[in-house]
Amino acid sequence: MGSVDIYALRGIDIEIEEGEFVCIMGPSGCGKSTLLNILGCLDKPTDGKYYLNGCDISYLDDDTLSDMRCNYLGFVFQSYNLIPQLSVIENIEIPLYYQGISPNESREKTIEMASRVGLAERLYHKPTELSGGQQQRVGIARALVNNPLVILADEPTGNLDSKSGKEIIDIFIELHRQKKTIIMVTHDEDIARNAERIICLRDGLIENDERVYRG
Amino acid sequence: MLNLVSIYRWIRVIKMGFKSLWLHRLRSLLTVLGIVFGVASVIAMLAVGEGASQVAQEQIRKLGSKNIIVRSVKPSLEQKATGQRSRAIEYGITWEDATRIRSTIPDVEVLVPNRIIRDVVWNTQWQIDGQIVGTVSWYPEMRQLQIIEGRYFNESEVLSVKNVCILSLNTIARLFPNGSPIGRSVRIGSDYYKVVGIIEDEGGVGTSTQTQSFLTQSAGNNLREEKRGSIQSIQEGMGRGDNRKATMTTPNYRVYIPITSAQKRFGETLVRRTTGTFEAEKVELHELIVMVNKEDRVEEVAKVVDNILQKYHKQRDYELTIPLELLRQAERTKQIFNLVLGTIAGISLLVGGIGIMNIMLATVTERTREIGIRRALGARKRDIVIQFLVETIIMSGTGGLMGIGLGLFVPYLITYFASMPTIIRLWSPVIAFGISAGIGIIFGIYPALRAANMDPVEALRHE
Repeated sequence: MGSVDIYALRGIDIEIEEGEFVCIMGPSGCGKSTLLNILGCLDKPTDGKYYLNGCDISYLDDDTLSDMRCNYLGFVFQSYNLIPQLSVIENIEIPLYYQGISPNESREKTIEMASRVGLAERLYHKPTELSGGQQQRVGIARALVNNPLVILADEPTGNLDSKSGKEIIDIFIELHRQKKTIIMVTHDEDIARNAERIICLRDGLIENDERVYRG
Repeated sequence: MLNLVSIYRWIRVIKMGFKSLWLHRLRSLLTVLGIVFGVASVIAMLAVGEGASQVAQEQIRKLGSKNIIVRSVKPSLEQKATGQRSRAIEYGITWEDATRIRSTIPDVEVLVPNRIIRDVVWNTQWQIDGQIVGTVSWYPEMRQLQIIEGRYFNESEVLSVKNVCILSLNTIARLFPNGSPIGRSVRIGSDYYKVVGIIEDEGGVGTSTQTQSFLTQSAGNNLREEKRGSIQSIQEGMGRGDNRKATMTTPNYRVYIPITSAQKRFGETLVRRTTGTFEAEKVELHELIVMVNKEDRVEEVAKVVDNILQKYHKQRDYELTIPLELLRQAERTKQIFNLVLGTIAGISLLVGGIGIMNIMLATVTERTREIGIRRALGARKRDIVIQFLVETIIMSGTGGLMGIGLGLFVPYLITYFASMPTIIRLWSPVIAFGISAGIGIIFGIYPALRAANMDPVEALRHE
């Protein structure tokens, strides 16, 4: 039909352990987003296997994939992706709603999470009434509220000024200290330096996979 | 499965639906208008149709569903031969026919023979062109007419050929503009008749809303058996003579007198003068009402009556009217009427539904990103379907309720301004609401499925 199949990823073999803070870097079009979508159970690989928590997702149906996202994954997006007509608290609550948690418990968890990212005062504001940094904090709170195994962040500081970006990265560093598994896509080497492992992609292949030792 | 959490989820879905519809108030309202007018027109049309058929059926029912009405008709062949002026035209049902019908058909419960004569009725200086009905004492019971004041004449008055009369309401209005006529007299020709009662107007051409208020549903089933026997005696007590004018036309100003008196005072040959020419006709009975004991025997008895009459009448100088048959026809007409109206209203609902679907498709496209976010955060396809379906159903449901409100109000206006009777049956709003809710589901499914089947990755990237 005039379209050509393009393989964004070709033979990638990685293993990410629980509690790791991994940064994925690479130029545009190297397959970072595709990798993140596969890791996030939003996309299935055309070939190959992906095991999440011991589960081969290439055999799962759409509903189970939804449940995987709901229970094991938290997403942080570059453009925040908050639902504009919902308030802060309602935005954070969305994953819990799809988990089917009782209203009281869900409210409790949401408020707790909002205060952890410093938004206790802004619960009933609309996203458009918040600054970029605050909106991204709502995004992080939403990603954390269901207590996921892995947090997937797609250039979380991409739309922020350096000061707000620093604040957001500080939250991730704090999460890492709490033994959360974080997979972050970024362009910024300064940000990547905070991670303990950096994977560089080029043309759908791993160019470099190195551990960073801070000390 | 239906635990507290799932109830909470439903409540939240519904709340969310209202919220996002409220966000685009004007758009939602305009979208819903199609359904509002569709539902309102279904209810209003059905109410008007029902009202119109109710009036028709009421009029037919007044003729009596157990009755067969036999009327004398001037035979058409005779009418052409206008040359024979000297001889009186003789036609119509006779006393003999009445006796024959009564004695041969056991299902016949009551017979009412009538002579209907047109003449001027006088009360001192007031006069009207009245219709004089010579009849029997059980006539009002048979026709379900109510005596408003005074009484009807009784059997002994019939047998003794008394000059008494009962006037209909509209006759009173013209003849006795001041004061009750009871006990006073009216003059017809050269004879005076004492007014003993006032009766409601008969249905048919001159039915007004006023007369309908006098309506009673009580059937004339308390007619006593003994009345069957009395026709013979009336016939025997009948005098013979000959007299003047009469024609049969539409009922209006009615004066009821004993049939014996009609026979005696007006005679059997009635002469009608029309500009220059005059016609004389001899008619024994103008009308014969046959009441059958059971409603389901009416049609069979009508056939037998027709056969009997055919045997003794060389030409067809009578006609049979069966109110029950008219009633059935009216019901069939009503069914067709309802079907046509229902189809029109259904099309308008369909158009409304398409309007809703159109807007929902636009909404889905507009909210692609939201769908992507929700899917990424763990929403199943089913959750997305429910979300959008609920929004559509809320729209069509609210539209339905608004339509019911409007649909109940419009017939009221029609009755008030156009003075057309309207009747709203309980099932019509129920059906209209059901249809609108159904439209919500049918026209909501496609946009909702489209929303759910979006690729989450694509949806997230959508601007």
